[in-house]
Order: sequence, then C-alpha cells, then structure tokens
Amino acid sequence: MHGLAFFLFLIIVALTLVITYFASKRTKTTSEFYTADSSLTGWQNGLAIAGDYMSAASFLGIAGMIALAGFDGFFYSIGFLVAYLVVLYIVAEPLRNLGKYTMADMIAARFDDKKVRGVAALNTIAISTFYMIAQLVGAGGLIKLLLGIDYVYSVLIVGVLMTIYVVFGGMMATSWVQIVKAVLLMFGTFIISIMVFAKFDFSLIKMFNEVKTATPLGEAFLNPGNKFKDPLDTISLNLALILGTAGLPHILIRFFTVKDAPTARKSVVYATWVIGIFYVLTIFLGFGAAAFVGYDKIVAANPAGNMAAPLLAETLGGDFLFAFISAVAFATILAVVAGLVLSAASAFAHDFYSHILRRGQATEKEQMVAARWAAVGVSILSILLALFAQKMNVAFLVSLAFAVAASANLPILVFTIFWRRFNTTGAITGMIVGLFSALLLVFFSPNVWSPEPGAAILVGEPLFKLANPGIVSIPLGFIAAIIGTLLSSQKEDSKKFDEILVKANTGIKELAN
Amino acid sequence: MALQERSLKERTSIDYTQIAQSSSFQQLMRAKKNFILPLTLFFLIFYFALPILTSYSKVLNSPAIGPISWGWLFAFAQFIMTWTLCALYSKRSAKFDEMVEQIKQEAKEGGSV
Repeated sequence: MHGLAFFLFLIIVALTLVITYFASKRTKTTSEFYTADSSLTGWQNGLAIAGDYMSAASFLGIAGMIALAGFDGFFYSIGFLVAYLVVLYIVAEPLRNLGKYTMADMIAARFDDKKVRGVAALNTIAISTFYMIAQLVGAGGLIKLLLGIDYVYSVLIVGVLMTIYVVFGGMMATSWVQIVKAVLLMFGTFIISIMVFAKFDFSLIKMFNEVKTATPLGEAFLNPGNKFKDPLDTISLNLALILGTAGLPHILIRFFTVKDAPTARKSVVYATWVIGIFYVLTIFLGFGAAAFVGYDKIVAANPAGNMAAPLLAETLGGDFLFAFISAVAFATILAVVAGLVLSAASAFAHDFYSHILRRGQATEKEQMVAARWAAVGVSILSILLALFAQKMNVAFLVSLAFAVAASANLPILVFTIFWRRFNTTGAITGMIVGLFSALLLVFFSPNVWSPEPGAAILVGEPLFKLANPGIVSIPLGFIAAIIGTLLSSQKEDSKKFDEILVKANTGIKELAN
Repeated sequence: MALQERSLKERTSIDYTQIAQSSSFQQLMRAKKNFILPLTLFFLIFYFALPILTSYSKVLNSPAIGPISWGWLFAFAQFIMTWTLCALYSKRSAKFDEMVEQIKQEAKEGGSV
C-alpha cells in the first residue's frame, strides 16, 4: 500500500518539477518572478486562487471536523467561502489597480513612507509564517501517517520542494502548481462525493437519516453546538473567517498575476465557483467518513480527525483510491506552501530590501538575487520552526493568521481606498495594534494555556477565554486606525487621495495611452 | 533628476483631481456606492444571522425537509447567496467598465493627460 502511494507521490514531485523547469525559462525579471509578468488569464488565476486557498486544513481538517462534530465543522466551509464576497466587493479591483508586487505596494501607493511599508511588510511576514508553520507541521504529520516517512524527512521534503519551485520558477511555477493541485483536488473530492452519495442511493434524506445513528453524538450530530459551546467564540471565529481572507497576503498577491482589474474580478468569480463547489462537497466527505469509516477508527488514526478523508477513500475504493487521495493531499500542501514562501519572500526582498534598504535604487539584477535569496531564507526559517514545533498542536495558527489578517490588514486596506482623511499615523497605529492585539489575545487564550497538562502548549488558566481573538482584535484594529488618524497633526492630503480614488476605480496610470 | 526631465514629467502627468471632480467620475462613484454598500451590508447580515441564531436559539434545529433541519437549509442558502452575489457583481461591473472607458476618453480629450 505504501508502495502505490509512494509512486503517486513521485509522480506529483516529477510533474511539479517539470512545471518548474519550464517556468524557470520565463522567470528572468522581477515582474516575471513576482507576478508571472501579469500574464495569467481569468480562468488560470481563478484556479490558482482556489489552489492557493484550499489548504490541507480545508481538505483534511474540515472533512474530519464534520465527521466528528457534525454541523459545527461546516461553519468553516461557509466562512471560507462567503469571505470571497468581501474580496470581490471591496478589495480585489482597487488592489490590482494600485499595487505592483506586494500588499504593501498598495498602501505605499498612497503613503510613500518607509515606516508604513515596513509595518505592512512585517504583517505579511507574520501572517505567512504562522500559516506556513501550521501547513508544514500538518504536512510532516500527514506524510508520516501516509507513507511512514519520519517527520523530520517529511518536513524537509516539502520544504526543499517549495524552495525549488519558488527560487527557480517564481510566480509562474507557483501558479501552475496551484492550478494542477486545484484540478486534482476537485477531481478527487468529486469522485469520493459521488461514491458516498451512491451509497446513500443519491438521496439527501437518506444520507441525513443515516448519519443520525452513525456517530456517538446520535441525533445531535446534525445540530450546531457540539464543537462550539460559547456563543461569543462562535461569532468571533466567524468574524475572523469572513474578514480574514481579504487580508491574507498570499491570496492578495495572486491579483497581480493578471493584466487588469476586470480580469482580477473574473478570477475571483471563477475561484468562488470552484471553492464553493468544493466546500459543498465537504459535507459528503464528512458525512461519508462518519457513516462508513466510523468515529472510533477516525479518532484512532488522528485525534483531530485529519485522516477522515483518506480513510474514507480507503473504505470506498481500496488501496488505489487511498493512495490517490493521499497524493492529492500532498499536492494540496505543496501548492499552498509555495504560495506562502513567495508572499513572505516578496515582502522581504521587494519591500524591505529594494524599497527600504536600497530606496528603489537597486538594479533589476540585484533585486532578482535578493528575491531568490529571500525565498531560500524564508524556507530555511520555516523548516526550522516546523521541526521545532513538531510536538505542538499548531492547528490554531491558521485561525491566528486569519485573525491577524482581519485585524491588522483589512482596516488599512479599506481606509486606504475609501477614507479621504486617513493618514500615515493612522495606518501605522492600525496595523501595529491589530497585529499585537491578535497575537497577545491568542497567547493568553485556551489555545496556548490549559489547566490539563498536554492539552495545550502551556499549563495554566487562560487569561482570555475565547479561542479566537477576532471579536476583540478586529474592532481594535479599526478603532486604532481611526484614532491614530484623528490624533495626528498631519494635514489631509486631498490631492493624493483624489489620485488614489481615480486610480483605484479606473486603473488610469501615468501617461495613459 | 535633471530639471528638463522634471518639467517634461509635469507636462505629461495626469491631473487626477480634475478627473475626480468630473461629473462622469462622480457618477461612477455614486453608482458603485449605491450597488456595493447595500449588498455588502446585506451579505454581512445574512452571514452572521446563522451563527447568531444557532448560538442563541434552537430555532434552526427544527426539521424542514424530513431529517434536514432549517439550519442546514440556511447553511446551504449561504452558498446560493454567495454565487448569486458574485453573478450580480459581474453583471453590474460590466456597466462600471463602460463608465470607466468613458472617463478615460474624457481624460485623454480633456487635456488632463
């Protein structure tokens, strides 16, 4: 069984390396490295967004959560999808019109200030790093389960591959790895869902009736409240989910890979269809696992339920389907971590090195060297952190990334586009307060502290009772940006805002032709 | 930067304030606001209605279609809502694109470029 899975893993590795080889021929300039020269079509970028977004947490985590907790697991599916309305209605087009390579570019388009760019880049690096550690630690554990390869080697394999994609193939390789992964993931999910549905005679009524008796929860399985007991925590989580996506740097840089705002809009719409269909299918994955694999077997394989989808594949289609779904999970991880390396590396190389250190005076060649070294550096750092965090429960880092994105980035993006009075002081206070309030609240939360030894990272009573900081840190981010703006002595720069307003809404650039 | 170059840049730079104050741009901003603001409020309320209702009441636990409760129907409605609003936005933004084209034309002719 391991042999077959191993073979399919090798195929994935070979395929992605071939992609990287061809992409490397078209990765000579910074524009090609950071944005694939903005040459992607709406459909390509839509699939790449889906491939960038649907992490192992979505595929394995949500399937497991629905299998173990029923309705409550589905909250994630809903929040992850509806968030795209915020992206589409508020940030996608202005971002494409104002930015060049990074999220900080967009804010710097209005505030040409080193401090603003530096803090924005810091946020990008923080978010991408949290997300990456969660992915890498998950990947190490998963590959160990699937192939029996030791955790350290598993992390190293994923780490080396992501480094190769980004260093040699830049955004072009990253995008195509994400596209291939999105297609594979949809295909695999679709096959399992059809098989599950066939077992219920293609009747939703029958499916719902059967899961009522399939799990230890009984009829309660179908009702909310099994996982989330505290109303405030539920709402806090949902806030971070719906507002976080629009501030995730690795998703935002995907909008620079298309030529203009209308194409960016099209790619979000396509992505929303793909992602939406996928999340609807998570019901079939979860219910199928609950009914055909069974609670005990899922928990025995992994207490969090991460093995629910692969085990379901094994139950339905034997070794081959198990190997195939394992390979899909592997491809899923690779695509997501490549996107994260690229977003953190671009913040280091483009924002810190080219703009802050060299004040925009670095040559094209110097910038390329910096970008590649930044990618190597980010990868090494992430691998080391992931090796260090092997024994920790790091699943909460994904929700922390969403909380920071919603608290520190979203307020600034929104005010940059819409608020005439907004100024650099407000931008900096908003970003700093949003970042640190989310971090501190998580540090004092039940994710980190638990009276029971082994249940969390540290032993003791959590000072902050909510698992998700969103309901406190998101309003704080907005309020800090407003207060910082109003208290500062800076004059309103109406002329600059007119320029931003026109650029963001029309895409008119200097020397329009 | 040489002085000569700078004056050239000034002559060819766009007067954004003039565009921002033009009636066609103002019209675009109004049209966008009237479309985006109400729908954004709508989808936020629609979205948060689900966790709020499930957290503070048992209303959605009652069966709607056989074993499928109102909660599941409302959850699925979130997907329908998302796809519908995406389609609506695509349709409406075709109009915005036309308005943008007009603004670009005017900017070229009006000598602000």
